[in-house]
Amino acid sequence: VTFDRPVPATTDRTEGFWKGGEHGELRIARCQTCGWWLHPPLPLCRQCLGRDIQWEKTSGRGTVWSFTINRYKWAAGMEPPYVIAEVELDEQDGLRVLTSLVDCDEVEVGMKVGVRFERTGDVWVPVFAP
Amino acid sequence: VKPESQALITGVGWSTIGRRLHLDPQLLTADACLAAIADAGLTPQDIDGVSTYPGAFWSSPGITGAGVDDVRALLGLKLRWHTGGGELPGQLGSLVNAVLAVATGLATHVLCFRTVWESTAQDRAGGRSSVMAGSVKEVMQWGKPHGASYSTYGALAMQRYMSVSGATREQFAQLAVVSRANAAGNPDAVYRAPLTVDDYLGSRMISDPLCLYDCDVPVDGSVAVVVSRADATMVDSSRAIGIEAMGTASGYEASGDMMWSRTDLSPGDVDVAEIYDGFSIQAVRWLEATRLTPRNETGAFIEDGHRISLAGELPISTGGGQLSAGRLHGYGALLEACIQLRGDGGARQVPGAPEVALVTSGAETFTSCLLLTR
Repeated sequence: VTFDRPVPATTDRTEGFWKGGEHGELRIARCQTCGWWLHPPLPLCRQCLGRDIQWEKTSGRGTVWSFTINRYKWAAGMEPPYVIAEVELDEQDGLRVLTSLVDCDEVEVGMKVGVRFERTGDVWVPVFAP
Repeated sequence: VKPESQALITGVGWSTIGRRLHLDPQLLTADACLAAIADAGLTPQDIDGVSTYPGAFWSSPGITGAGVDDVRALLGLKLRWHTGGGELPGQLGSLVNAVLAVATGLATHVLCFRTVWESTAQDRAGGRSSVMAGSVKEVMQWGKPHGASYSTYGALAMQRYMSVSGATREQFAQLAVVSRANAAGNPDAVYRAPLTVDDYLGSRMISDPLCLYDCDVPVDGSVAVVVSRADATMVDSSRAIGIEAMGTASGYEASGDMMWSRTDLSPGDVDVAEIYDGFSIQAVRWLEATRLTPRNETGAFIEDGHRISLAGELPISTGGGQLSAGRLHGYGALLEACIQLRGDGGARQVPGAPEVALVTSGAETFTSCLLLTR
């Protein structure tokens, strides 16, 4: 199934997340002083108060923290059902992204998944599959 | 002396509450406010403070029907103090602000209100998804390309809870079933026809495991209360409701912990609990955060519904909650707690003259809870 995904409004602060897929990379904001990952991205690290925050490539691997099978048509171009999930990335406890699960017949909490990208408009949407 | 003990809820009032009313939300507001003022034995000239959530400005149509200045102009109020905002600690943060204002002497009688007209707004826009698509909230951008909605977040929280705790849909069904049974006794509830566990299990899925009856119901309506300084003249103390403790910390558990730290009462003293239930999972989170049910064991606690029914050890959502009475957004729970403590519940009155009521509002990091007493 191919979706015509709605294009999110991007800002200077979020653009790196949405465009990393152009290079095949899931990029997350990271404090260059102490190494803490920040998602959603922020201009200040709450761990060390460092201000040198840069986009960094992650492994793109994670674990399904929770998921849901959406049955309602919220957006034109997205015919239900489809699976939305929160995936906790391997890089850090609690580092979770809201995403879609694709190409999977069965889903369960704790399942290991990896990133791939689906382009819509001028952004590359990170989605995950087993 | 804590601020809670220097304030009383002296009046409560509400407007017509219903679906697709197509009434002017300012008139709904005026109806609720005038009723609350009269119930307190006051006139609009006695009101010198106004407090509301979220005020006149917010993100989606129908989520607010009037702001502070609308009410000032509508009722011709002479205000010494007022506030309204969307970043309060939950919808009841507006009542907390009123308590603080009277305790510090900035005002004597504060009118608190909350008006919604989401049902009519959605009707006009052509449906819930049209309203959602127009949302400008930045946080919604993360879910936009995934076809997410508010229900997505309720569903993810519910799935996670079920996975961690082992709670089942049959158990969650009791929140909807008991709320509906209570709504039958509330003439102002929007859905009053009986609901069974089978009805719940067979209902339309919105986003697995979240079904239709796990979601509250958008309505039009307004609720108002008057918070008065406890030593103010003209206060009818026989009808007044005390504020025993407030929890305003960010987060369900932190709010609950803070509330219990401000009173000698304990969870076992709660006679009736009006728990915020925008989604059924939020009711579960609040029950556990306020220690009314054990962590990750709410499913077993609510299992045949008896314990949380009107005659049970912990009656909840006695007027139907937001699941059946409608999304009055925190103020429905506040109103119902006041009605129960006054013994005005009629067919849905909790037996035994309840003396302590818990009210919670909000979710995630915008949370507050109150312990009210007769």
